[in-house]
Formats: sequence, C-alpha cells, structure tokens
Amino acid sequence: MSRLSEASLRIAQDIISRYPRKKSALIPLLHLAQEQDGWVTDDAMAHIAELVEVTPAEVLGTCTFYEMFKREPVGDYRINICHGISCHLLGADDLIHHAEESLGVRAGSVTDDGKISFEGVECIAACTEAPCLQVNYRYMNTVTTAGLDLLVSGLRDGTVSVPKHGTLALTRQSISDDRGAGVASENDPTAPPWWPAETEGDS
Amino acid sequence: MTAPTTAGAIPKIVTRRFDNLKAHEINEYVASGGYDGLRKALTMTPTEVHDQVRAASLLGRGGAGFPAGVKWGFCPPGKWPRYLVVNGDESEPGTYKDRQLLERDPHQLIEGCLIACYAVGLSQCFLYIRGEMAHAQERMARALNDAYAAGLVGKNILGTDFSVDIVLHWGAGAYIVGEETALIESLEGNRGMPRLKPPFFPAAVGLYGQPTIVNNVETLANLPWIVENGGEAFAALGAENSKGTRVFAVSGHVNNPGVFEVEFGTTTFRDIIYGDAYAGGIRDGKQLKAYIPGGASAPWFFEEHLDLPLEKAAVDQAGSMLGSGAIVVMDEDTDMVKACHNVVRFFARESCGKCTPCREGTTWLERILSRIIAGAGRPSDLALLVEVCENISPGIAWPPRQTTICPLGPSAVSPIASVIDKFSDDFDAYITLSDRRVIPVSAAAQS
Repeated sequence: MSRLSEASLRIAQDIISRYPRKKSALIPLLHLAQEQDGWVTDDAMAHIAELVEVTPAEVLGTCTFYEMFKREPVGDYRINICHGISCHLLGADDLIHHAEESLGVRAGSVTDDGKISFEGVECIAACTEAPCLQVNYRYMNTVTTAGLDLLVSGLRDGTVSVPKHGTLALTRQSISDDRGAGVASENDPTAPPWWPAETEGDS
Repeated sequence: MTAPTTAGAIPKIVTRRFDNLKAHEINEYVASGGYDGLRKALTMTPTEVHDQVRAASLLGRGGAGFPAGVKWGFCPPGKWPRYLVVNGDESEPGTYKDRQLLERDPHQLIEGCLIACYAVGLSQCFLYIRGEMAHAQERMARALNDAYAAGLVGKNILGTDFSVDIVLHWGAGAYIVGEETALIESLEGNRGMPRLKPPFFPAAVGLYGQPTIVNNVETLANLPWIVENGGEAFAALGAENSKGTRVFAVSGHVNNPGVFEVEFGTTTFRDIIYGDAYAGGIRDGKQLKAYIPGGASAPWFFEEHLDLPLEKAAVDQAGSMLGSGAIVVMDEDTDMVKACHNVVRFFARESCGKCTPCREGTTWLERILSRIIAGAGRPSDLALLVEVCENISPGIAWPPRQTTICPLGPSAVSPIASVIDKFSDDFDAYITLSDRRVIPVSAAAQS
C-alpha cells in the first residue's frame, strides 16, 4: 500500500501551508490520498499523520467519522442513489430496488467485476430534480429505472466517462506567493492593517 | 437537467444573475456590476459597512435565522486575529439553494466574504463546502484563482491595505458539520462533533479559540447588494421581522419543483406551492396531505397552515420554522408512516453519537418505525415512540427543549410529533395488519 507520491506530497505541503494549524489540513489530505489510490490506505494515513504532526490514531479517528472516506477498495464507479425525503416521495426506493435486481448485489456492495458499487445515501441537495443520484459525486437528475440501466451500461462500456473515484474538483486552488495575504496566525495579536484604531471599541 | 426556475415580479438579490449561465466567469460577473459592492465598501469605514448590515436586519439564512449584523457584534473588542468560516455544508433534506449559489454565482459569494472580512476585521476566511459537491468545489476553485489573479482577493486588495486570503476547504460527508461549532471542529481536523455550550457563540470563542464568525452561503451572498444599495433599501423589502428576499426550494409532489427567490414575509405557503409562477400546485390534481415548511428538522404543516406568510415570526408562532428554506410537499397518497420513518432514519444515521439521548433515542425511534413498516408493529408502539421522543425533547414542545448539546436530536422528534396524532389511522393500518402476537390494548395504554 502506498504513502503519498512525490506529486501528491507537493500538493499536500501547499495545502498545509494555508492553515494556522497543520491539523486543519487533515480532511483535504485524506481526500488527496483517496484521489491517489481510490480509497484511504493505512500507509497514506500514517504518512498524513507525519505531515500534520499528529498520531496515526488521530488521523484514523477523523477519517472514520466521515461518510466519504472508504478504508477498503470500492468499485471504480460509486453510484450513490439519494433516498432523502424528496427523492423518497418520488420513487427512490423503487430505484434502489431496481439497482439491486439489475446489478445482482445488495445496496452497499460492489459488483463481482469490481466495476460498480452502489448504495442509498442521504440528501445530496438536488431535491427539485428528484429522484437523483451521483456517480463518483457527479450528478444525474430525475433518474428513471431505464435511465439507471443506460448509465450502468454506459459506465461498463466506457461511453459514459466520469473521473475515477476519489477525484473531486479537477481544478485546485492555487495561491501564489506574491498574491497571498498569508496565514493569520492565532499567535499574532495585532489588529489587521485596515482596522482603524478608533473603531476598536465599537465592534 | 431542468433549469431550476426563478419566477415572479419581485426584486432578485442573490439569484439576480441566474439567467446568465456564464455568470460564474469573472468577466461576466464584473460586467454585470460584480465587485462594485466591495469597491464601495472599501471607501467606507468598517463600522459604516457593519452599520449597513445592521440596518438591513439580514437574518442568517442557514436555519436558525439569527440577525447577521448582531452576530458580527459579538466579537470581543481588541482580541485578534478574528476568522470567517463560511458554512457551505448544505445537507438538510429538501434544501437546495446554497449549492446553486456556489455553482452559478461563485464570485458573488467571494465578494460577500470579502465585505464581511473588511467590516468585522476578519484576517482569514475559510470557505467550507460540502464534500459531495464536486462541481461547486470546481467552480469555487476557478473563481478564487481568477479573483486572486485579478487582485480581488489576497494581498492589498484593489490596491488598498485590505488583505485577506480565502481558503477553499471541503468536508467529507457529515450532516452534523452544519452545526457551527461542529463545523469549527471539522475545520480543525477533528471528528465533527458540536462543542459543549457555553460559550454559545463562536464569535467569542471559535476557530483555534479565537473570535470567529460563521455565516451561511446565502447570508453572505446578500452582502454585495446590501452594500451597493444600502441597508435601508434591503429592509424596505419583506415584512416587519423578516427583511429582504429569501430563496426557497420547493420539492416533492408538485407540478413545477424549483428554487424561487421571493420577497421575505409577504409571500404565503399557498402562493409558493400553488402559484403558477412558482411550484404550480400538486401533481395529477391531487390534494395536499402535509408539507415540511423548512427542512427535515421542522415540524410539519398541513392544509390549515397554507395561508401563513413565509415570515419567521409567523411560522415560529404556528409551531414550526422556515429553517433552511426547504418546502417538501406530500400529496394525499403519501404513506405518512414511511415518510416519517424516512426523516427519522436520516437523523439516526447522522447523529454524531456525542449525547446519549440523541444517539440512543434516534436509533430506537428508527427501529420502532421499521418494525411497524415491516408489519410487526405492536399497539403499544405509538406510546413507546412518544416516550422515546420525551426523553430526547421533554414536553415535545416548540421550540423544542433539549437534553442534548445541539438541536439534531430534537429534530428527529419533529416528524413523529407532527404525524402521530394527525395520521394515527396510517399507523393503525400498519399495526392492525400485523401478526396476532398482540398485546391487549388496555395493557398497552398503561405502558
């Protein structure tokens, strides 16, 4: 299993540099590890622990709290079918049942070929387009059972392409040295430069 | 994708650029008056900007509805640095407004963040976006990179001594992180569990123990308009205690589900659910059975509440809340037991586990409701549901009393309290259909 690669490490150090405390970078770094390997490995967590100067147990503690981090390999494509209240009212249960029948696995598991895993998830904020789903966190709106079948066959034969599991935004934030205002250290008790001294008692 | 609809002849504030599908690009944003609010703010003193927001009586748009200008004033004087944390962890079932604001007009949010930082003296901003929103993260990352390059964010903004970084941060799937102290815990790299109160306001003790303002995406998105047009112009819209406009998402069994920006406090539930310019009535000519007026945490409303205005005080008084601006409509054919179970399951899954009444109570509520739906319900189950609810929120009143640190636990009580009396027939239908291992009704009533 893998620690962060050289390329990932450079990104990690850039992310860490934006926070007053290194541990704040923990969740973004776990995402980075998941983007690299498709899931969060023990070695990556140990590496992240070194980088943000906490114990591996603390990294694991944070990791296990959050739904999105997977600590074992998942399908190449994760289909998350929303079963929040709005989607429930418009047929989410039927959709999940259909997925179980057509994929031949129960919600929460991976197909035998390792391609597709699916599960029912809580509200994904597309309620007016219900029922909806996400594939590797990309939306598909007003989904029918026929639409779900097309999606699955498209993912299998490559005619539908989505970034691999773990990849979120394709654009990363970059703050150049000459444009950045810099980290506001909690140990620097001076008022910000634009703050007029006479208004200090006001606010 | 069906384009979410914005309708009617009311002034648009936060959704004013939604018709322009390129509004997320910096050139389009600037061409339509973007960053003028920031430019104007920088000609004023921070206190003058703060006063405009106070005058606007802008209520927080995240759920609790606390006035933003007042919240800003809770920072202890002379304690530095202060931080801004933007709550973009929109996860309340039925709620779909912040994601639109992030995806369709990211620069408006950036401008709002900058205005808040300037007015309150906030030295660094962390923009926390829900983990599942990959597209919103993409749009915000591009918008921030462009804004940095244009000298609008970062060092010496627009050539002044105003300097602040906006750091894009994202979560990883936890509803509870929308609670502001849990959001701060998460931003510190911890499990997202709410902090013990007091201190009640992160403005006093927040991120890294420093004064921290936590504002919702929609709240901040209002600031450019408020600074450009003045707090009084904003306060001229809406009702006595609910100023400006507000974004509501109407979903469920309606003809035209959509996201609508309406004048706050004057539009009624009947207007927004039945109006042609809005959700256009119930599908297939059906009758209304119930609706959720403000996200899954809100007690449900019925036919008799349709003429209430979308106004905080009126809805609070009627026993619910506008919360996150999510209206979920259920028609006459809705299975209320299943709908109730759906919402309770959400809270059971999303309980962080810190407080016993919530961790245990929501789980037990979910199990009892599952048992009823599976056909193994007992006549005593309704009394048992109420008893568990009482242990989470004594008295099952509104506003709820809490045995927990945060309102998540009491939120799970809302749907049960709403439907158990009103639709006891729905429950009875399940329970009398269940098998014959029936406890005598008289004994059940005593238990």
